[in-house]
This record gives sequence, structure tokens and C-alpha cells, in this order.
Amino acid sequence: MKFKTFAAFVGPSVFLMFLFIAAPLVSVFVGSFQLTQPVLDQIEEETCTPGFLAQTCTTTMVTRPALDEYGHIVTTTEWVGWLNYQRVLNPEAAWAAISSFDWGALMQINFWSALRFTLMFTLVTLPLVIGVGLAIALAVNNAAKSIRGPVIFVSLLPFIITPVIGALSIRWLFIGDGILTTALEHWLNRDIAMFAQAWTIELMMLFFRVWHVAPFAFVIFYAGLQTVNQDTLESAIIDGANRWDRLRYVIVPHLMPLIIFIALIHLMDTYRVFEEIVGFTSQAHVISLQWLTYDFLQPDDAGNRAFGRASASAMLTMVGIVVLLIPLLRRTWRDHKGGSY
Amino acid sequence: MSTPRALRQPLGLRLTFAGFLAFWCLLAAFPIFWIGVMSFKSPVDAFAANPLDVIFGPATRAAGNGLSLLDIALGLLVLVCTVRLAMRWLPRMVSSYSPGGQMIFGWVIASVGYALSFVVVFFVILPALLGVLNPLLGPLGHPVLGLTTAHYQSVWIENAFYHNFINSLIVTGGVVTISLTVGTLAGFALARSGSNLAFWILILALVFRALPHSVLVAGYLPVFVNSAEILRPYLGDAAPTLYGQPWAVIAVLVSINQPFTIWMLRSFFQNIPNDLDEAARVDGCTHFQAFRWVIMPVMWPGVITTGLFSFLLAYNDFLVTSLLLDQSNQTMVPAIASYFNRETTTTDQVEAVAAAVSITAPLFLLVMIFQRQIVSGLTAGAVKG
Repeated sequence: MKFKTFAAFVGPSVFLMFLFIAAPLVSVFVGSFQLTQPVLDQIEEETCTPGFLAQTCTTTMVTRPALDEYGHIVTTTEWVGWLNYQRVLNPEAAWAAISSFDWGALMQINFWSALRFTLMFTLVTLPLVIGVGLAIALAVNNAAKSIRGPVIFVSLLPFIITPVIGALSIRWLFIGDGILTTALEHWLNRDIAMFAQAWTIELMMLFFRVWHVAPFAFVIFYAGLQTVNQDTLESAIIDGANRWDRLRYVIVPHLMPLIIFIALIHLMDTYRVFEEIVGFTSQAHVISLQWLTYDFLQPDDAGNRAFGRASASAMLTMVGIVVLLIPLLRRTWRDHKGGSY
Repeated sequence: MSTPRALRQPLGLRLTFAGFLAFWCLLAAFPIFWIGVMSFKSPVDAFAANPLDVIFGPATRAAGNGLSLLDIALGLLVLVCTVRLAMRWLPRMVSSYSPGGQMIFGWVIASVGYALSFVVVFFVILPALLGVLNPLLGPLGHPVLGLTTAHYQSVWIENAFYHNFINSLIVTGGVVTISLTVGTLAGFALARSGSNLAFWILILALVFRALPHSVLVAGYLPVFVNSAEILRPYLGDAAPTLYGQPWAVIAVLVSINQPFTIWMLRSFFQNIPNDLDEAARVDGCTHFQAFRWVIMPVMWPGVITTGLFSFLLAYNDFLVTSLLLDQSNQTMVPAIASYFNRETTTTDQVEAVAAAVSITAPLFLLVMIFQRQIVSGLTAGAVKG
């Protein structure tokens, strides 16, 4: 294919990606070093109240945002260096907490507690999703042909449902005296409030994410299981391998590329955990990195959005995912250079 | 038994597998089934501690809203007939009545007509008929299952949820059409070109795929909010404020979706033999003509599958739409958040449940119709990518 034709075919897609993905990245990078705030004027204001004989007047200094001739608030944008990053990371307080081994104080700073949750969430769900997905795939592969269709249909439901709605549907089972909370209380014989402390909410979030993503792993593993070489399995039996050995030495190595693929996709998707926070309204107890940026971008009561801090936390979030992906990118690059691609 | 004896499984193992599978199915379906049940009950029943109360709804029944055994039997009969007719009779009618090459339009018209007639039969004729029959039958006609559609009425009619529904339709429709048009062209070229540039575009797309969406939105928001002032020197007073515009959100979602789309379509195009368009090129077609006349007729399975995933992305999105659209243009998923910002009474909560079920219902239909495409789409990405 000539370069010109190739460019014509790929052009629109690449143009869109540059305009809406690469360009915003640059703008976020620049914006993270800038601070936009309203220009404030100090005005001397005299307020008088009627009194006997003479009015009582007091003069006060009032700070007001300056307005231009249209009545809009005048804002200035200035370069502030690392100020936004400092405000997000809060390095002094963080360092003080670390050097005195005060975990609780470190978790008081939004960014660090968001980082802790995001990493914990990503790393804990990863093996669970792969394990549960593999187990369902093995079970379906063992089941009679007639029930496979309905089982796949039911399994796809958690995967396809809107994440916010899925999280809500689990929350409604537990909220207040929801049926599952009542059942748990009855079983454990004690009072339970699932939304009063962080760890129960985190438990529900972990459950939701595994519930939501395991079907994806299942479908891929199930497709992979159809191509397992039956001859290898039979020779393994002749060599005296039991079921566990066969799973361990024949089936799992065969599925290894798929496991890596799922791990990669899961890493990308779970690192941006966000919908759970909205669905479980957990921002008072647990927040994630993406939610932190979202929160900065939401207008506050005065209608201002903290773009500077949002950009800084967005850049930090991005650094995190790049660090997680570097080993993978290096491997792809080696494969490409080796010509095996 | 055709399986060799050595491969046959002991009973215990088979029971374990069967039990596990049954448990998973219960786990997968239960939360969704349960919000479906809750949405039809009065608030007292919906949040009752006893699950049987939630299912049978005594408070709802006491308020005079309930179904008798006859209602349930006839309703189920109509539902089963509808599904059977849709499976057997409808495809035959479509293929015999639609002119050659216009099958898609035939299907669109047929399914819209079918859905309308189902609504008329199920919600107009059936209730009228049962209203006459129920009092005549004595014990069979007494309500046993509490059920009310009051929450759906207040969500869709009083709170104007149809407005959000239309916005969702506009956004998802726009995203699917544009991202498929742009993506098929790029996917085709990437599948057919082995150059270094193609490799780097794909790797870059993979990196873009990994970016959290909030990073990108942090880049759009300042520009979108101030776009009128930024664009004024070039466009004059016609400069639009991009914030709150559905078409701006469509462009954003299309771009966010592009990396995934081109990877997926590329793997589908790699499955179409190279010889096909090569033959067309030998016969004197340009690349575009070969694409138009040889590849396009055979690419539909892959395009439909990719379209489904684009649809899911746009339909399920919360982050981008909630930040870039204002209240008047809100789509369905962010709109539901407004229900719990004001969830003071349990009625509000049940209305939120009803809204959630309304959002889920189209997805449920989607899985029913396109199950095979979704599965093939998931595996195509994995096996090739």
C-alpha cells in the first residue's frame, strides 16, 4: 500500500486521536503548572445605620472579585511552578507522616489515600478475576452442551450492565436493612452497617468488580479451552498425570497468552476505578485517583472548578499508568525488533 | 458413552462443577433480577427486610395494585407467544416481503411494528380483557402478587426521563455511526499495511487506550467552557460554547473509543483473505474501489460486533457525559445520579431503582439478540491481539 493511500485511510482516525487525546494531554501538562483565579479588589465600604441625632457609620475593607464591563468575573492565569502538585501531594505533611510511621495521618491526605485504594483494588482484583473466570470456563466446558447457551447468556449480564447501575444494584441489596444485610445480621447474630466504615465498602467494591469483569475473562478462557490439543491431554493421561497435573501443566500453559491479555486489559481498566465510588457513594470513606480528578473538575458552590489541581492530579494519575505499562511496552518493542511480530 | 473411560469424571467432581455453575448463575443474575422486582413494588415492600415480602408485596397489594393468578398466567402466555413469534414467524415474513438487498430496512420496519403491536396487546388489550374476566372467576381472580407501575410513570412522565432517553439516543447513535465510519477505514489500512508506521500507530493507540478518561476530560473542560472566547477571533459571534453540546461529547467519545475500535476492526480485517482485494486490484480497482465493492459486502459481521462495543461504551459512560454536558442535555446514566442527591424519602429511592431498570432493559434485549456477536467480539480481540 502506498503511503498516500495509507494516509488517506488512516487520516481521519489519527486526526481525531491527536485532536482529542494527544492535544488534551499537552493542555493538561501545561495547565498543571498554571493557576487561574479571579482578580480580587480591596474596596473600602462604608455602611451606615440610622441612629438618633446622627447616623452610625462604619468603614470596612471588603474583598470582592473584580468585574469587567460585561459583568463577568475577571480572572488571571499565572505560572505557579510546582504549586498545584504541592497542593495535591502535600509533600511536607506526607513526609512527616512517613517519617513518624503514622499510616493514619498519611491517609488523611486525599491523594495518598486514593493512590493506596487504586493500587490495592487493581492488584487484589487481578488474581480474583483470572481465577474466577478460569473456574467458570472450566465448569461450562464440563457442562452438557444444552445448558451452555443459557449459562453464557446469564454470565454476560453482569459484564454488559452499566457499571454505575451494577454497583447500585449491589448497594441496594445492602443499604439500610436491605435483605442481604438482614440475612448477614441473622447469621452472625450482630448488628451490621455496611456503609459506616471503609473496609466493608471496599469489600463490596471488590465483589462488584470481580462480578463485573469475571464474565469477560470467562468468555475468553472458554474460547481458549476449545483449542486445547486433545492429543497432548491424552498423552498426559498415559503418562499418569492426574486432573490437577493436567490443568497445571497442559491447560494453563496453553492459556498463558490469554491470561497475559486479560491481565493487561484488566490493569488498564481497573486502574481507572471510578464508577464504584459513584455507585456506592463512598467518597466520604474511600476515593480513587480518577475520582480525585473528577472531584476537582466539579464546580464548587461558587461555580469555580479547580483546573490547576485537576491537571496536576491527572498528570500524576497518568504517570502511574505509564509506570505500570512500561514492562509490557518494552516487551512489545523487543518482539517487534526481533521480527516475530 | 463416547468419552473414553479415563476421561470420564467421578461423580463428586461433576457435582462440584454443577454446584459451582449454579451458584455463579445465581450470583450473576440475582442483583439484576432483584432490582427488577423492587422497581414494581411500593417503597415499604421494596425495602422490606423479608425477601418474601419484596417478592409478593403485601403493602402494594393492600394499596389495590396486584396481579391475580389469571393475570400472571395470561401475561406469561402472551410473553411466550411474543418470543416464539419473533423467533419463528418474523424472520420468514421479513425475508419474503423485503425487496432484495434491503433486508436491513425490512428488519428495522418489522421490529418497530412488532414492538408497537406488542405494546398495544400487552398494555391496552390485555388489561381491558382481564378487567372483565377477573371479577367473574372468584378466587382465581383475587390479586396474589403486588405490582405497581407508579414509579415508572413518575420517572418517565413526571420527571421527564424520556428527555434523557432521547439525549442518550442522540449521543450513542452519533458515536456508533461516526466511530464505525472512521474506524473501518483505519482498521482496513492497518490490517493491510505491514509498515513500521502502522505498527507505531497501533502501539500509540494501545497507550491511548490505557489513559484514564479523567486525564483527558481535565484537558477538555477548560477549553470547552471558554471555547466561545477562544474561537471568537476566528469565527466571530458565531463561536459556540462547546460545553453542554451533545455533538462535542460525540466527538470526544468517538476519539476515546478510536484506539479500541481500530484494534478490533483490524483483527477482523486480518481474517478477510488478502487475495480478495488483491484480485480486485489486479482487475484495475483502486484501493478505495476495492474497499467499497469487495471488502464492504463481507465486512458486516465484524462491523456489527465492533458497533455493539462502541454502543456499550457510549451508553454506559458516566464520567465524560456527566462532566461535559449540562443539566438540560443530560444523558440517562448521569441523570440517575440526581436521584440520589435528593434521596430523602424511600419513594425517591424506588424511583431511582425504576430509572436504573429502565436503563438496563435495552442492554438486556441487546444481549438476547446479539449474544453470539458479543462473544465473538470478545474472543476476536483476545485471540489476535
